[in-house]
Amino acid sequence: MKCQRCEKPATFHITELTGDAPQEIHLCEDHARRYLQQADDEDAPSPTLAGMLAQQLKLGQTAQELARLDKRACPVCGITFYEFRQQGRLGCPHDYVSFEAELEPLINNIHGAREHAGKRPKRAANSTDRRTDLIRLRRELTEAIEGEKYERASELRDEIRKFEQDDK
Amino acid sequence: MKLEQLASRCGEWLRGSGPESDIVISSRIRLARNLADFPFVRRCNDADRAAVVATLKQSLENVDFFHDVAYVDVSSLPPVDRQFLVERQLISRELSEGEGPRGVAIDPHEKFSLMLNEEDHLRIQVMNSGLDLQSAWEQINKIDDLIEERITYAFHERLGYLTACPTNVGTGMRVSVMLHLPALVITRQIEKVFRSLQKISLAVRGLYGEGSQAMGDFYQISNQITLGRSEAELIEQVSEVVPVMIDYERRAREFLVKESQKDLHDRVSRAFGILCTAQTISSEETMMLLSSVRMGVNLGLIADVEMPTINQLFIHTQPAHLQKLRGVELDTADRNSERASYLQRHLRKSDGGNAEKN
Repeated sequence: MKCQRCEKPATFHITELTGDAPQEIHLCEDHARRYLQQADDEDAPSPTLAGMLAQQLKLGQTAQELARLDKRACPVCGITFYEFRQQGRLGCPHDYVSFEAELEPLINNIHGAREHAGKRPKRAANSTDRRTDLIRLRRELTEAIEGEKYERASELRDEIRKFEQDDK
Repeated sequence: MKLEQLASRCGEWLRGSGPESDIVISSRIRLARNLADFPFVRRCNDADRAAVVATLKQSLENVDFFHDVAYVDVSSLPPVDRQFLVERQLISRELSEGEGPRGVAIDPHEKFSLMLNEEDHLRIQVMNSGLDLQSAWEQINKIDDLIEERITYAFHERLGYLTACPTNVGTGMRVSVMLHLPALVITRQIEKVFRSLQKISLAVRGLYGEGSQAMGDFYQISNQITLGRSEAELIEQVSEVVPVMIDYERRAREFLVKESQKDLHDRVSRAFGILCTAQTISSEETMMLLSSVRMGVNLGLIADVEMPTINQLFIHTQPAHLQKLRGVELDTADRNSERASYLQRHLRKSDGGNAEKN
């Protein structure tokens, strides 16, 4: 018997009892794990968000595409799409750019809108992209120190200092 | 700041005054904001979190408006003090139970508070007594402007203010009104009312926000959507439905008075009797009985008790408040007898006070 979600053999046979009638589900190991995790997630604080996302991804992607997407990481804060999916919280402001294509339909689902119509900061907010560089640099600094690459760490420290001074 | 001093007082929003205050307890607005140059809180290490706190605290310094604000380092507080701030509605459960450097700046009149490193770097909240969203918006807009002069917020041209959770993106604003709806609960109409609110994308929560039970028949109604509408439109959306809810509750009360005056009077009097004479009482039972008494006072079925006294008892009889007022830690059994004697003192005191005046 094949997995109901992909071409692999089904090794897990789950009987779902939460619906109106018992339902038999046959899945490979990967999909079974994901399926069971999803069921757990429904107790999480933001079930609607995780649910909406799961729904949206299931409709639009093949299993391979989904696996590839899950591994994609934001170049600024390093969060993977999988981590966002699990936690329901983004890693940094730049994620809205990094995962724009995936977030767009989700945001439209939640709010029924795609564009902000309210207050704007009076100061020019165009520097946001440049400012997210600081997030990346600080992360690289932490990694350099953890990896005992002290020369690189010192370079990064100088760069961060320069950034912070330019802002003032 | 000494939390003990805060304990014996009572926040501005509990005054029990303001428009429609027999049913509307308070009006609240909160804004979620993030710094552009740090990861969102959950992705921050402790050094990042400390830097966020330092940056935000610095932005409050030397601003006249924030001169009297008291900063409380939540990460170094014992659990009972954190619980106290939650009961007081000055911080959320999420901030209380969070990790790493975090804190709250509190206005001495408790009209506003600024939470640092909750789910977002900054959460500003303003609270008013009764139904008064307009002045809450003016106040919070001003606070937001003052901070923005010194901080670069994470902002996106198309999506607006960026937040850790996409459910808050855009305005980052939650408008909520807390209502006391005992008659709708007694007449079993409350579920029906909530279902219709959900259809127009308004959320209903209990006294302490997300996931909390509706203790003491208190319900918060708030906007679900934060993107695609202006702040004024979001306020309008909540403002429009509140008078309808007030009207439903009033009509349910009239119905109870007309159809079962005796039962209602009996229920209210018994509740008052238990609160005045019990020797040991739990927090849940207290909330439930105070709810009946509050309605009884509003309907003129109980004389000699002032509304602010009742409002204050809802907060002062909660576990952390009792312990702060008493000045010692108490286990559940001790709290239950302390609560009973606290209730006796305050409910009978108002009796005695009036007797003297007469």
